[in-house]
Amino acid sequence: MQKFEKFSGIVAPMDRANVDTDAIIPKQYLKSIKRSGFGPNLFDDWRYLDPGAPDIDNKTRRENPDFVLNDARYRKAQILLARENFGCGSSREHAVWALEDFGFKVVIAPSFADIFYNNSFKSGLLPIVLSHDQVDQLFTELFDQENYQLTVDLQNQLVSNATGSQMSFDIDEFRKYCLLNGLDDIGLTLQHAEQIKSFEQQYYQQSPWLK
Amino acid sequence: MSALTLYDKVWQQHVVRQEDDGTALLYIDRHLVHEVTSPQAFEGLQINHRPLWRKESIVAVPDHNVPTTDRDQGISDPVARLQVDTLDQNCDSFGLTEFKMNDRRQGIVHVIGPEQGATLPGMTVVCGDSHTSTHGAFAALAFGIGTSEVEHVMATQCLIQKKSKNMRITIEGPVGPGVTAKDIVLAIIGEIGTAGGTGYAIEFAGEAIRNLSMEGRMTVCNMTIEGGARAGLIACDQTTIDYVKGRPFAPAEEYWDQAVAYWNTLHSDAGAVFDREVVIQGDSIQPQVTWGTSPEMVIPVNARVPDPAQEADQVKSDGMQKALDYMGLKAGTPLNEVFIDKVFIGSCTNSRIEDLRAAAQIAKGRRVADNVKQALVVPGSGLVKQKAEQEGLDKIFVEAGFEWRDPGCSMCLAMNADRLEPGERCASTSNRNFEGRQGQGGRTHLVSPAMAAAAAVFGYFTDVREVELLN
Repeated sequence: MQKFEKFSGIVAPMDRANVDTDAIIPKQYLKSIKRSGFGPNLFDDWRYLDPGAPDIDNKTRRENPDFVLNDARYRKAQILLARENFGCGSSREHAVWALEDFGFKVVIAPSFADIFYNNSFKSGLLPIVLSHDQVDQLFTELFDQENYQLTVDLQNQLVSNATGSQMSFDIDEFRKYCLLNGLDDIGLTLQHAEQIKSFEQQYYQQSPWLK
Repeated sequence: MSALTLYDKVWQQHVVRQEDDGTALLYIDRHLVHEVTSPQAFEGLQINHRPLWRKESIVAVPDHNVPTTDRDQGISDPVARLQVDTLDQNCDSFGLTEFKMNDRRQGIVHVIGPEQGATLPGMTVVCGDSHTSTHGAFAALAFGIGTSEVEHVMATQCLIQKKSKNMRITIEGPVGPGVTAKDIVLAIIGEIGTAGGTGYAIEFAGEAIRNLSMEGRMTVCNMTIEGGARAGLIACDQTTIDYVKGRPFAPAEEYWDQAVAYWNTLHSDAGAVFDREVVIQGDSIQPQVTWGTSPEMVIPVNARVPDPAQEADQVKSDGMQKALDYMGLKAGTPLNEVFIDKVFIGSCTNSRIEDLRAAAQIAKGRRVADNVKQALVVPGSGLVKQKAEQEGLDKIFVEAGFEWRDPGCSMCLAMNADRLEPGERCASTSNRNFEGRQGQGGRTHLVSPAMAAAAAVFGYFTDVREVELLN
């Protein structure tokens, strides 16, 4: 996993609540046995007018001109500004992989679904929770300004706009540490292998029917 | 010691270590694996030369991609075939228990786990699938995880977790006749909203819940995730223990009494404190039908489609209008004027024997309506299918014009050939009415099995309580 470093990026608006993971990456693309290549099919049903499938070349499909990520201003966006309960539904981590493969590093929303929120950290996508009012304010700024960008500073837990106005966000210390250092969870957990083994010894003695 | 909730008890039993900030390493008893969310995890283990920590904990099955007809001819879609073949190869090379596509025990992962006794009270159960909450019906702590966590459990038998808050939802008194587990859980989601349970583990309690069979309890816990909570639990009682007894993975005879003694402690203590309590009167729950594109967009069968203009919150009102446009519905329409094109009876929510019996009871002696192009019945497992055939349910369905299929996830998420075409409207016993879930442009209405069967034979939504049973 790459280290998460401070950056400034273009912000794209996703102005609807309850965006589910079926919408983020539709089921037909889950047949892949790889982790990469999902970006061209991010938000597939909304992004293209013609139906898509793994064996259909996306270049042959008409784009939906009304969909936000087809707007020239947002094609290189790295920050997605979203509404309540982003990422609800299926546990598919492919949703996170698709957002990252498109180029997103951060999603900002007033709330996230639990599984999506958890999955995001595993591949280095940073989900930032801000208050409803703060998110409303960012949407207003985004719709009012050309080339709207935000700077995300994970170390100091700050989101700031071009005028220097800042919003701070909360994040679990352990998750922050892993993201900043690009650490793999499995390696960290295996440092406790002996403790897991001694837990097991006691556990199966107490619950022998589970052994 | 202070009074504990059921969730507290199961959690505590599995904590290997805990950091000062509350981050815990949680031990996992049962890991269920299917073809869609596992290939990248197996690959990760191989790349990093990591062995499986405890291969006995894994039970694998292909379910999302498998065809529901002509199984002997294999899978015709090459991409789907590769994914199922990859699962088979991974299970063979790691030496795992797998019920392959043509095994009679194959089925939807959340149906076969309990059916085999692989899900036991007090366990922690995980799977790379959000509907893992199903297994909470056994007083287990069961929740869905992403592929990175699948790999983490394979390599360490643990997950890095923070404890959720406790919520209890009590259904007071019994529910009326014709009101099923599906109606109970849809009514709950209508009440708390699709994000209402975010951050919580939900315990379902009360007379109406205790009265449910294990099949019904699984239906309720299955849709916990549709209310935003990763895990739903129901206390262990004699119904639970009777269900488990004698199943292939159930405790051996010599340990049975010891196991049961422990399982009998798996309930919330009197005086246990919940962070949130919700109480719903059982007799207030009617048969439910979703009208929109989120499971919270749900109304009783005798209500009218709601009007976005009446919603004060602008984001919500816009969402309602988008949903009505997608669903091709007008505000104020009564549901018995909504005609359907297809019916799907199946999924990890409603494909167990009791569900098929309820649907067959309505279908018996009737015919699928002329406007209904296709009505599918997809049993949850090969063993459910076998049992249904022993009871003659297959004949009732086929005589009524339903298609009787092989087990799998099928049209719940349309990864195989079973799907809706753009604009088609479906009465479905599945769990998600999201845009495009059952096929691009497809329109899903979530209902109980009996309500789905009634919609199939009348061609429009019908209150199942008013349907006469024929012999």
